[in-house]
Amino acid sequence: MMWELIQANRRKSIFIFIGMGLLLILIGFTFGSFYAPENGGFLGIFFALMLWGILSMVSYFAGSKILLAVSGAKEVTKDVHPQLYNVVEEMRIAANLPHQPKIYIIADAAPNAFATGIKPENSAIAVTAGLLGTLNRDELQGVVAHEMSHIINRDVLVMTFAGMMLGAITLMAEVFTRSLWFGGGSRYKSKSSDKGGQAQIIILVLAIALAILGPIMAQLLYFAISRKREYLADASAVRLTRYPDGLASALEKISGSNLDLKTANKVTAPMYIINPLKKKGMQLSNVTSTHPPITERINILRSMTQGVNYANYQNAYNTVKGKTSGLIPQSGLTDSSKISLRDSELSQTSFETDKQVKREVGDLMMKLNDFLFINCYCGIKLKVPPDFKSDSISCPKCGRIHNISH
Amino acid sequence: MTFFIVFIVIVVVIGFFFVSIYNSLVGLRNRVKNAWSQIDVQLKRRHDLIPNLIETVKGYMTHERQVMENITKYRSQAMDAGTVGEKAAAEGLLSGALGQLRVQVENYPDLKANQNFLALQEELTSTENKISFARQAYNDQVLFFNNKIQMFPSNIVAGMFSFKEEEFFEIEDQTEKAVPKVSFS
Repeated sequence: MMWELIQANRRKSIFIFIGMGLLLILIGFTFGSFYAPENGGFLGIFFALMLWGILSMVSYFAGSKILLAVSGAKEVTKDVHPQLYNVVEEMRIAANLPHQPKIYIIADAAPNAFATGIKPENSAIAVTAGLLGTLNRDELQGVVAHEMSHIINRDVLVMTFAGMMLGAITLMAEVFTRSLWFGGGSRYKSKSSDKGGQAQIIILVLAIALAILGPIMAQLLYFAISRKREYLADASAVRLTRYPDGLASALEKISGSNLDLKTANKVTAPMYIINPLKKKGMQLSNVTSTHPPITERINILRSMTQGVNYANYQNAYNTVKGKTSGLIPQSGLTDSSKISLRDSELSQTSFETDKQVKREVGDLMMKLNDFLFINCYCGIKLKVPPDFKSDSISCPKCGRIHNISH
Repeated sequence: MTFFIVFIVIVVVIGFFFVSIYNSLVGLRNRVKNAWSQIDVQLKRRHDLIPNLIETVKGYMTHERQVMENITKYRSQAMDAGTVGEKAAAEGLLSGALGQLRVQVENYPDLKANQNFLALQEELTSTENKISFARQAYNDQVLFFNNKIQMFPSNIVAGMFSFKEEEFFEIEDQTEKAVPKVSFS
């Protein structure tokens, strides 16, 4: 069950989280002792935790807004893209969430998506115009379900705090190496006695080692959490949609695209469904990647033919990876509800040709720029520009009058 | 005196424990109710969509009068249904008739190009999906709630305040489940 899974999920991440915390404390202590040998160590810890606290506070209260602003996402209503709105609502119902996440569209032709929001109550899902143009309904549903799973599993919360810890460690290491460059700690060295000098040298060596290795270690831990959560979100997504092929072929299409997402950067990259910075998804599992190899994610999804609960995903994961590992916590595996796969949608409006994809993306961009679209009974689509003043418009084909509410 | 204080503390702790279990049970029961009401909301939404659908389709589908008559008939049956059983039966028939319509649409390329119809079709597809997702979510909630009622220690509280196990929403049409999945890809 979802709620037990969230608990177990939290417990598992907490080990890696504690590891990062200890690293932060160690770095704080060492750097502190280096600058002030007497009791600077504890001052250093205090500073390190303060830095982490402040960074976390800022991203806790404003992180969502910053992320959405940086990525150039625009909040949309149902009329802009009814299918996207419907699919989000379907997934909200499937997850039995009381609050509908806000929906954002990024005006970019590269297909990608991300979710944000510390709490489910003020969460948001952002997708690019390119994603809406390329994917059919089932695939879009898979992507939205994956993002919804990040929201339900509280991944944003964990990734925010872990990310800020990584930020604090990197920042401290940076400041330390720079101060060393300009001879920051040297004046304390001359004051101390021979015995103190020896200890000072040990601390110096340790501090330099930590300044170099600390950020790398923190990054590896951070990426370990991130990758695991991508798998978990895939597992939850499949359980919600009951259709693993939808997400699988969506991942194929997104990773197959050779367009670049202009607004993504190193900091925001782990938030997206597929790493927007790495092209063609890496073939080998790599400790320095934020996302699991895309081919593996697809293979796991494709081999789920028995059912779609968590145990089925774990089995598929074991088969593809060729090893048994506790990806899904025990409480998730005892999920006895046997959920069978569903068929694909009968009526698929998929856009086969490039021209259709371009028209779809173009229409979407017009809608984002406040064009009004009216579907006439005779079957044609009227596109009304935002500066159209009249209260009604007649259909050029059949002459029906449509009211325009400004 | 010490004994008395220890006794009070134990009673208070147990009291808090009971209250928190009771509250979580009430919360879960409300989630079950909420999940149930979601199904109702979506069924109503489907009824609202049908007149619009018929209006759009009737100009094109001149040869499928029977299908459209069935849709209208089952819709009014479902809306007038008194008992849950009647309602479930009518909704099942309505789903079947709408499915037939969808198959027939494939023969009318003009209709498939009609933007208004496409918009309606999206709404209908989504509503059908929402109905089945709402059922799935309801069953999930019921399973979770029933587990809580049966398991120690919440079963004690559940027994004291007579929390009843909820029923699962089974798919009425058993043949629908029995059909083997065929894939042409």
